[in-house]
Amino acid sequence: MTRPTISRAHLVKWLVSSPPLLFLLLFFVAPGIIMVVASFRYPGEFGGLAALYSPTPNLPSGLTAEAYRFFFSDPIYAEIFVKSFAVALATTFICLLMAYPLALLMARSPKRQRDLMVLLVIMPFASNFLIRAYAWMIILGPQSALSRLTNDFLLLFHAGPVPLLFSPVAVLVGMVYVHLPFMILPLYTNLERHDPLLLDAAQDLGASAWQRFWRVTFPLSLPGIFAGSALVFIPALGVFAIPDILGGTHDMLIGNLIKEQFLGTRDWPFGSALSILLTVAALAWAGLAAGLARRWRHYA
Amino acid sequence: MHRSPALWTAAILTYLFLYLPLVIVVAYSFNDSRLNAEWVGFTWHWYRVLLQDAGMLRAAANSLFIAFVASSAATVLGTMAGIAMQRYRLRLLPIMVLSPVAMPEILLGVSLLLFFIQVLNLTLGMLSVIIAHITFCIGFVAVIVRARLVGMDESIFEAARDLGATPWQAFRHVTLPLILPAVIAGFLMSFTLSLDDFVITFFTAGVGVSTLPLQIYSMIKIAVTPEVNAVSTLLMLLTLTLLLLASRIAPDVLKGRAV
Amino acid sequence: MALLELRNVTRRFGDFVAVDNVSLAIEAGEFFTLLGPSGSGKTTILRMIAGFDLPDAGQILLDGRDLADTPAENRPVHTVFQSYALFPHLSVADNVAFPLRMAHRPSEEIQRRTQQALQQVRLPGKAAAYPHQLSGGEKQRVALARGLINRPRLLLLDESLGALDAKLREEMQVELIGLQRELGITFVFVTHAQDEALALSHRIAVMNRGRVEQLDEPDKLYGFPRNRFVADFIGNINMLDAQVLENTHGHLQLGIDGLGEVLAPSMPGPMAGGHGLLALRPEQVRIVAGSEDIDLKNRFSGQVRELLYHGDVTIYTVALANGALFKALRPNSTPGRATFFEVGDAVTVAWRHDAGVFLHD
Repeated sequence: MTRPTISRAHLVKWLVSSPPLLFLLLFFVAPGIIMVVASFRYPGEFGGLAALYSPTPNLPSGLTAEAYRFFFSDPIYAEIFVKSFAVALATTFICLLMAYPLALLMARSPKRQRDLMVLLVIMPFASNFLIRAYAWMIILGPQSALSRLTNDFLLLFHAGPVPLLFSPVAVLVGMVYVHLPFMILPLYTNLERHDPLLLDAAQDLGASAWQRFWRVTFPLSLPGIFAGSALVFIPALGVFAIPDILGGTHDMLIGNLIKEQFLGTRDWPFGSALSILLTVAALAWAGLAAGLARRWRHYA
Repeated sequence: MHRSPALWTAAILTYLFLYLPLVIVVAYSFNDSRLNAEWVGFTWHWYRVLLQDAGMLRAAANSLFIAFVASSAATVLGTMAGIAMQRYRLRLLPIMVLSPVAMPEILLGVSLLLFFIQVLNLTLGMLSVIIAHITFCIGFVAVIVRARLVGMDESIFEAARDLGATPWQAFRHVTLPLILPAVIAGFLMSFTLSLDDFVITFFTAGVGVSTLPLQIYSMIKIAVTPEVNAVSTLLMLLTLTLLLLASRIAPDVLKGRAV
Repeated sequence: MALLELRNVTRRFGDFVAVDNVSLAIEAGEFFTLLGPSGSGKTTILRMIAGFDLPDAGQILLDGRDLADTPAENRPVHTVFQSYALFPHLSVADNVAFPLRMAHRPSEEIQRRTQQALQQVRLPGKAAAYPHQLSGGEKQRVALARGLINRPRLLLLDESLGALDAKLREEMQVELIGLQRELGITFVFVTHAQDEALALSHRIAVMNRGRVEQLDEPDKLYGFPRNRFVADFIGNINMLDAQVLENTHGHLQLGIDGLGEVLAPSMPGPMAGGHGLLALRPEQVRIVAGSEDIDLKNRFSGQVRELLYHGDVTIYTVALANGALFKALRPNSTPGRATFFEVGDAVTVAWRHDAGVFLHD
């Protein structure tokens, strides 16, 4: 039996959902697929990609796993991956430590104050992240007050001047600084939903302040922690501008490596392979976080 | 509730950490010294230099143009996506719409670079940047519009049709007025994101086009003068204004609840 | 010809049959109610009449014409939703005027008819107010005015009184009846509250698991339920397992285990040896002190187990000799005395030989 009214509703549904769908298919999914294919091709003579079907017999063509083999051939590349993971993890952890007290304070404040506090967190977000990294160039620069203070302090122990800028420390500080709001907001959103009566009940049953935090607030905030961690860890894996600006020559991360391949040496297959590996790593982490978050979802 | 002094201290320190660096950038933009080291005296000098820097002005014009075009397109597409996500519960759409937002930006930049040059044979320039910006802005608008729809009584859209409205009339008279704050907030957010974007623009702009963030980057890498502070301050002012406007128009949506 | 007819309508959601081969006819001008527990299919039928869903099989006919080709916005049928679904961004007047605007009526006609509609639901002063400023009862009236302004052939009401508190509900019930009788528009009302259905309707279709159990006028449903479900769903009822001893002109003789013989009104069908249930309403059961004599054929002694004081009446739960618990209703009409009996009192329950209904198994 025909169902004409329902097919009209179907028409409307596809009219509304297809433009964004098609746009993203074309400019997000297709490039992704192209990149996967590109990672299995040979680099072109002058950079870029070699043709798939080469007219001249002595130029390499077709598909190959050469790029991936190259990655595993030199331990330095794996090292960079591990370093990037370590930096991203450290960033996430430090962000969590710094964000938690603030998010907790915000969640426990009366409504009026809360809105203001959220606005105050979002405002630095308004600045371009280059500016935020640049700010630390100023603070950690050799002429700055902080540098002179630390060097004077070190002088007391007859230790040489240590440059704060262009060091792994600077990179870490920059990373934390740039990603902090992304940890604060999801944490706050979660903590705000906690029922204050639960803490009263715990206190009534004899729990101390620390116990109340550790056994009630913290477990309930796990979904927020996971959300915030995902929002910090995944982007942090791929940064290149921060180590570029604040780090020294030895502080290369995956992002720098990929940028080099695409714009410097123009070894696109290798760059693509690196990107694919990065994507897989990011997806694995996201999947893990989502799985754990779903397990603990019924808490909040 | 319990807001112990220890909590207050930790929180205030975090706020200081967030703001101090930016305050320094702004302060030193008025510093009468080439070096960002010590305070010498107040001056408008660096702003004057900025306003005479042709390259910078062109980059600013580019940034504004790109932001306007990209956010307009992203707002239209994102609104459609947000409505579709809420009303039709398609499973594919949220994944495609939100992934560009959740993944490291460099991946999006690099894959688009590859795509534009290898497949479309497109010279990198304004168009490639605009397309790239639309791609990652759609997700933000969609989330904001959807958040607005989530809180609403679903039955009013059915009621509109029940009372004689065609699908278009229902959209124009009921849906649109109700999501308008979210749509505007989405536009403003996209505008801000586009203005501020560095990584994706870096890979898709090629040699012909410069935007403010790209200019700032090359200034930072090549020769740091307080002109960087000046342009940073102005850019911050602009995005701050836009964000404040957005938070006025759609207050709950921007209170981190969209996350 | 009936105004609205459902012919063999079936609707499935996967394996679940929401509406199972339902046929019924609704007459013009009547207040028709679909009554049943949640999941019985009543809301699904309503949505199919409104046009938000289509049957998998069968037809829905309005004035003899199949509605299948007509989308919801073109059907002369309007709905009052459970949550009222008032447009929050429009004033009361604009809400009520909405159907007329969608039909592109001239503005002075819209103004005039809106005023009229608001008068009809007794909200003339609220034209400029917004939905969030209204009370529940006022929102209900705006939703009604909005649904009626177009003079639809049918007005569908989906559990509309559910959100109101008891007193307001009663007031709205009276208003609804008045409005319906005055306008003569056919109302199709969906509810799970059987007392409401009895009060408002000309006819009620009792639904259970997608099927119509009984379609009748309220007093017939109450007094002569056709099966156990209907008897149980509507009002309070006592049910005793009974065996048919004899069915002769005038009365039905039933045997009840542990109690003895009982006389019930005669009905065609039951034959000697058959099994079934004797169903009795609590108000049909008289309760007197154990020692008192009472001139009714069906009488048994028992002990008061529980009582529920309702202010105007008290319902006593009496344990009979065979262990069955019987409910008897007694009005508290004697001034100066709250309840007649206490828990533990020895009492006699009795009912007329022509009271009650025999239901087959």
